[in-house]
Amino acid sequence: MTEAFDVAVVGAGVMGATTALHLARAGMRTALIDRGAICREASGVNAGTLTLHMTRAVLIPYAIRGRQLWLDAPDWLGMDAGARATPGLSVAFTPAERDMLEHRAAARRAEGAPIELVTPAQARAIEPGLNGDIIAAAHCALDGHVTAYLTGRAYRRALVAAGATLMEQHPVAGIDRAGGQFAIRVAGQPAVRARRLVLAGGVWLEAMLGWLGLHVPVKCLINQLVVTERMRPVMRSVLGIANGLLSLKQFENGTVLIGGGWQGIGDPARGGVEAIPDNLIGNVRLARAAIPALAEGRVARIWLGLESETADALPMIGPLPGIGDAYVIGCVHSGYTSGPFMGKLLADHILDREPELPLFDPARLVQPQRAATLEKTP
Amino acid sequence: MNGRATDLVVVGAGPAGAAAAMQAAALGVRTVLLEDEAAAGGQVYRAPATTRDMARSPERRQGDALRAALAGSSVQVEHGQKVWSVSGQYRVDVLGPQGPGHWQAPALIVATGALERVVPFPGWTLPGVVGLAAATILLKAHGMAPGERTLVAGAGPLLAAVAVGIVKAGGKVAAVVDLATPGEWAACLPAMAGRPDLLARGAGWLARLRLAGVPILTGHALAAVAATPDGLRATVQPVDSLGRPIPGGAATSFEVDAVAVGHGLIPSTDVTRLLRVEHWFDPASVTWRPALDAGFRTTRAGVYVAGDGGGVLGVAAAGLQGRLAGLAVALDLGRLSQVQHDARAEKLRRKLARAARFGAAMARMMAPRPGQFAAIPADAIVCRCEDVTRAEIEEAAAEGACEVNQLKAWTRCGMGPCQGRVCGDTAAALLAQFHASDRETTGLFTGRTPLRPLPLDQLTGEYGYADITLPPPAPL
Repeated sequence: MTEAFDVAVVGAGVMGATTALHLARAGMRTALIDRGAICREASGVNAGTLTLHMTRAVLIPYAIRGRQLWLDAPDWLGMDAGARATPGLSVAFTPAERDMLEHRAAARRAEGAPIELVTPAQARAIEPGLNGDIIAAAHCALDGHVTAYLTGRAYRRALVAAGATLMEQHPVAGIDRAGGQFAIRVAGQPAVRARRLVLAGGVWLEAMLGWLGLHVPVKCLINQLVVTERMRPVMRSVLGIANGLLSLKQFENGTVLIGGGWQGIGDPARGGVEAIPDNLIGNVRLARAAIPALAEGRVARIWLGLESETADALPMIGPLPGIGDAYVIGCVHSGYTSGPFMGKLLADHILDREPELPLFDPARLVQPQRAATLEKTP
Repeated sequence: MNGRATDLVVVGAGPAGAAAAMQAAALGVRTVLLEDEAAAGGQVYRAPATTRDMARSPERRQGDALRAALAGSSVQVEHGQKVWSVSGQYRVDVLGPQGPGHWQAPALIVATGALERVVPFPGWTLPGVVGLAAATILLKAHGMAPGERTLVAGAGPLLAAVAVGIVKAGGKVAAVVDLATPGEWAACLPAMAGRPDLLARGAGWLARLRLAGVPILTGHALAAVAATPDGLRATVQPVDSLGRPIPGGAATSFEVDAVAVGHGLIPSTDVTRLLRVEHWFDPASVTWRPALDAGFRTTRAGVYVAGDGGGVLGVAAAGLQGRLAGLAVALDLGRLSQVQHDARAEKLRRKLARAARFGAAMARMMAPRPGQFAAIPADAIVCRCEDVTRAEIEEAAAEGACEVNQLKAWTRCGMGPCQGRVCGDTAAALLAQFHASDRETTGLFTGRTPLRPLPLDQLTGEYGYADITLPPPAPL
């Protein structure tokens, strides 16, 4: 039997990969296990938006730190994942949106986001591509974007360099506990044994926590993303609308990515199944309303990314109740932005270092009627 | 959005789609046939796009007959329709001359034919280097040769067809360069014996080329094409049966202004991948194919595939498959009893078996050889949309990309407007070769909408802000 790992992280998205990276660098024998390839789900297919305009107000201090980590990725991760700082704008086309814009800007400002209301003229000076029909705007200096599809490549290099053991294409079937260790069952292979366990499975966390007898409902959002072919420069900011239904940016390669959380069809079992044509049209109409020059472009590709959400829409990051040495990380709104920071927080906690900001206790989310500790299950 | 309901939507009015639509419609199935081009016929029966006087080929006559039959049928044929999405059970979104619209039907026959494979070589992206399929379009639609003096290279029966087409259109063929040897062609004879007509046609092509003094180099491959002040210099070299250059083999150069090259056909699986039906890798033709039953049903109820999109077997098989798929739809929609269906299907299946034997032999002749992929230089572009080279693909493979979708994310190979139709096969073969794995492991690009790039202004139409149906706001 091979020697047990100090820690096994199940789920190789940005949350799991960051946690694993810091644990490996701290000297732990670390296994990172995923049923597929690294960062091929939400972490590799999200819009890569670094914006405080769309961040849950209470998560703003985390998102500010996460954004900085993305921008500094060449230093600590070892590879530029395409993170670029740009101005961020949120705009309003209607009086109702203007009221929402002002209210939301104030709420986010109270949590430390440097969001200021600007006039439409000022907004157009920041973003000359903007539609002249907007009636209000808010500006945030701490925005930007990342090329999400490079995430896995960057993390994989770093994890290999840190000596972590990557187990891609290893679908986990269940987890047993024996002799103070976790035995992670992988189809067709000997179980992976580890002294500590981190579950980082995004929308699959509900099923993963079920392996340990914990019932935590996790909602699954099926977010639609649309990208254009390469086109001439039409914008230079990260752009949204007060209602949060649009995220828009143009990458250096000329492609424009249109997001905003419009829904497609899918579920955790099947993944993102298909786009809903009317939602595509709605999302693209909103984008063209914001940046009229998009009318010159062609839609190259549409895809769907799965986002997880807890009952109170706040993250779960921390030790699992009643199960020693087991932890969970996930369900973070705008989780890609804050992911590099969230993973470091959990790693610091596991390493008995003082985390820079508070964790998000998973115990509050465990449904008591179905809760059962692992020790009670045979 | 303009949506209309029908019983059956057939995508693609080539020989398979047209036959399927007519068969189903004749049995009372309300059928809509969607075609991107201005006329039905597909690639083999392509209609002329010009009034210029062109040589009357058998395909032209058969195509005209097919178009006349369609016009006389109850099939609703819709031309100029770009199918960009298939969703639900089944909603087919199109962009047509009148803008966006969609069709809704419980049954869908995918008859989208094949794509040409070109295994990259130095110079394959130069202007003047075209696919055999592109040359075929020029010849059939416009009566034009790709250049004044064309080198025709690659594999399979399209070589002779294109070379003869060029000669008939008044062009010069510098040489026909065939990967296969006469011995390999001879080995196909038993399978071809069932189609003496086509065998005679092939012999006629060769005679015509000999008469025109066109050199035929068998067991040879294009080594490189280079631009010269006057045009192109194409260098060919002898290869072994695995497509590897023979050491010390004498290279020959041809001064030309066009090169038509193709390495076989692969099923167009855009729609079936989008619908996530099961696909299987066929090692004989070295292609991915949707899994089909005897009625050409996919693993998803209500979705059928007829013609080369289910596996490249050629035009005769395509028409028969179309009819069988049309019968299966009529059975599944309750327009035919099982007994009625079987009585009609039996004879078609016998004919299909004969046509398929011939088609499968041709598919084997067109299958790429491992030496072709091995010979791709490190700096050769594999993904033309995104300028991704073999070296970049292998660098990503060395860093841990084991399947094509991870490769796509890490290199942008296949992320451009062609959605990986051109590079996907080569990229997968290179990954498999690098990791000494297999094509099942390297996988397939995930199917995505839109199936073709979609002009954003046409998709949105003209609208005001109030016309946008907004979902509830995101939470604060």
